[in-house]
Amino acid sequence: MIFRKFAIGTALATLLATAGTAERGSDGALSIIYWQAPSILNPFLSGGTKEQEISSLILEPLARYDETGQLQPWLTTEVPTVANGGVSEDLTSITWKIAPGIMWSDGTAFTANDVKFTADYCMHPKGGCAQLSRFGGVTSVKVIDAMTVKVNFDQPTPFPYGPFVGAESPILQKAQFENCMGPKAQECTEQNFGPVGTGPFVVTEFRPNDVITLDASQNYRDPAKPAFATLTVKGGGDATAAGRAVMETGEFDYAWNLQLAPDVIAGMQEGGKGTPVTGFGPLVERLMVNFTDPSPDLPEGARSTRKHPHPFLTDINVRKALSLAIDRSLLVEIGYGQAGKLTCNVVPAPEAYNSSANNDCVTQDLEGAKALLDGAGWVDSDGDGVRDKDGVKLSILYQTSTNAVRQDFQALIKDWWNRIGVETELRNLDGSVFFGGDPGSPDTVQKFYADIEMYANTFNGTDPQSYLGRWRCGNEPRPETQWRGENVPRFCSRDYGALHDELSQTADLAERSRIAKALNDILMQEYAIIPLVHRGRLSAHANSLGGVKINVWDSELWNVADWYRIKSD
Amino acid sequence: MSNLSVGNIPAAPPSSRWRDIWSRFKRHKGAVIGGGGLIFITLFVLIGPCIWTLEATRIDIRARDMRPIYTALWNGDAKIGWTHPLGTDQLGRDLLSQMIEGGRTSLAVGWASMILALVLGTLVGVLSGFFNRLDFWLMRFTDLVLSLPILPLLLVAVTLFRQPLRTNFGPETGMFILIVGVVGLTSWMQTARIVRADVLVLKERDFIQATRSIGTRPFGIITRHLLPNVLSPIMVSATLGLATAIITESALSFLGVGFPSDFPTWGKLLADAVQRMEEYPERVFLPGIAISLTVLAVNFLGDGLRDALDPRIRGR
Repeated sequence: MIFRKFAIGTALATLLATAGTAERGSDGALSIIYWQAPSILNPFLSGGTKEQEISSLILEPLARYDETGQLQPWLTTEVPTVANGGVSEDLTSITWKIAPGIMWSDGTAFTANDVKFTADYCMHPKGGCAQLSRFGGVTSVKVIDAMTVKVNFDQPTPFPYGPFVGAESPILQKAQFENCMGPKAQECTEQNFGPVGTGPFVVTEFRPNDVITLDASQNYRDPAKPAFATLTVKGGGDATAAGRAVMETGEFDYAWNLQLAPDVIAGMQEGGKGTPVTGFGPLVERLMVNFTDPSPDLPEGARSTRKHPHPFLTDINVRKALSLAIDRSLLVEIGYGQAGKLTCNVVPAPEAYNSSANNDCVTQDLEGAKALLDGAGWVDSDGDGVRDKDGVKLSILYQTSTNAVRQDFQALIKDWWNRIGVETELRNLDGSVFFGGDPGSPDTVQKFYADIEMYANTFNGTDPQSYLGRWRCGNEPRPETQWRGENVPRFCSRDYGALHDELSQTADLAERSRIAKALNDILMQEYAIIPLVHRGRLSAHANSLGGVKINVWDSELWNVADWYRIKSD
Repeated sequence: MSNLSVGNIPAAPPSSRWRDIWSRFKRHKGAVIGGGGLIFITLFVLIGPCIWTLEATRIDIRARDMRPIYTALWNGDAKIGWTHPLGTDQLGRDLLSQMIEGGRTSLAVGWASMILALVLGTLVGVLSGFFNRLDFWLMRFTDLVLSLPILPLLLVAVTLFRQPLRTNFGPETGMFILIVGVVGLTSWMQTARIVRADVLVLKERDFIQATRSIGTRPFGIITRHLLPNVLSPIMVSATLGLATAIITESALSFLGVGFPSDFPTWGKLLADAVQRMEEYPERVFLPGIAISLTVLAVNFLGDGLRDALDPRIRGR
């Protein structure tokens, strides 16, 4: 990360040096490649990240997350909180004050009516809005005056930053979309392909699933920005080709989301035209421990349910020994390189929620693991190299999806577990089946017909409340719920539930962070979830492109107005 | 053609017939080399583990990414060592022992499913070609199986049968039976069609009519006259089938419905190495060459066998 600090430092220095001379459009053309091509520019009609990111060049929300995960006012004067009176004492409403002087790209003024219209547009019962969950619990949006808008919720909402925050929920222009409400939303091709926005760029041509050309907006609020006069976004291809186009051949200035092995990225970087940048959200590669018995001898419908506790994974000493035997720094080095970090938490980010109570996990301790198992009575009594107790053998079925890095991880972890006397059988399943969630398939994450399974998961935004709520009693997948539910380990703790209830009634951010950390610590110290690697998102930009701050909490293009060409003189 | 077969009706006792075949087989140089190659590869994977005792799945992370010993010829700085003559993979597993271990599985899967497919294909082909009453139903059944999309079929088969096979035979043997079964049951159709076409032509020929006229039973006609004559297309499908079986097995493993991921096969070694092909070409070349050599050897062998067995060119 020294490199990153250095890069930001350089960028700041250059920015200071050029700030006096910059003017709109002085840096010519910018080109961006997204290997998944956007098909629409209205984020309310698409659940895809690619559409949200590209439309964030044009459309903007009232507030958004910066690269550290902090909320920043964007089209408003400040972020409303209880302290500044923007959020009511009973947590049932939030009032946004729009910053003066903001214009749509067609030259008309941006007002509270546009904000209210956006809510009506998305909450229209026949509209099929993809971001409806952002408006969950909203009863009404009221225009107080031209510059003030108030959102009312049906119950106390400690985290009221769902609507109008982030790239998933920007503001649409009322004048443009007025006739596109409800069932007509999909028919408004002209509007959906060329929305009028407050952002730094305006669409000149949109070819779905191919190329988008944009010009700098003449009505953007900062007269010196954006530095680029035109912008081309090319879609399609694959991650390898996109990485090459930026780092080896220099055809493009920015490539998004390069999921490639560390040595492959390093090979591209030798091309010398570009630099990879990494951002870390809360994405963690982890092992899920099954607290219930997945034995095939049990009848269908009783397998992997709470009626049958697991024969040996219910013993905390076994779970802890499995965690102790893992060398996490080696996993990071082999699988992810600079796109991975060590972590001992399931919520490693934002920084305010990252607990420091479990840091012991970073060192591998095979002897400690063996001693723990010996102490708990798990010894190799029949000399076959596998520990057992009361006729139960420590024999684990360990499954994950098919992916080169994951199979390397499986081989390594199997090796470590064999050394502490735990027999492991590996199984890898096709990703579309494993993550498919089909209740008829025995091979899904939710059915969990294995002892241990490995995958990565994350949450949207910066608030972990609903994410931590997954591991409460009663939320486990089971036949009665058609195998839906997010408590995959089938972990159940009364203390955990009580603490989570407390979290959902607390508004104070410091207090919330304390409770969230405590919840994370329960999961970690019970070894219900064994974290392996904190994974980042890796993109690449040309060496001549300045101002890039990769952001995993919002659109990666969130600060495209601040990007500039580094002059090589 | 006709002047070749004149006066060459086989009449000698079986023992001399086989000697006859062997002497003709010997004259086909490619067949001898192919047969020798196949025997060598088979011995390599069977006896190999006794000579090269390093365990194929043993991880030695400090010795990872080692190059084969011959790399020293052009690159003096390469990470090489006699402990791993063919180098190691990204987790430090020895490539030579993986090749040996992988070859065992690949050859076993290849042979077993090829034989299964051949037996089925020949049976269906001969029956439908010879017996008019069966022809329609058997061929429509063949069309039906041909039109089934293989991948969903495989996924269904794995879902249904993996668990019982795993409980009864263990994860590796169970998966072996499943893969051999699935590959065999889905690749017999081409053989069946080719064999049927040949049988249809043959059974109208004069020598078959003659055999019929002297009262030979259908079983006798099939084994004594039809099968030796359709041996060449069978041999060709066999050689193709062996290659297909090895490739299908690796595709299955790649999709995660095959053997456990730490159980090496040639196809899987190849698939795993593609990502790092530029830096470590040997990891692709070695299993690739092994697959190609095996298929080539079987091809030559089949060619020689066809020439030696074909009654029409016997005694040339």
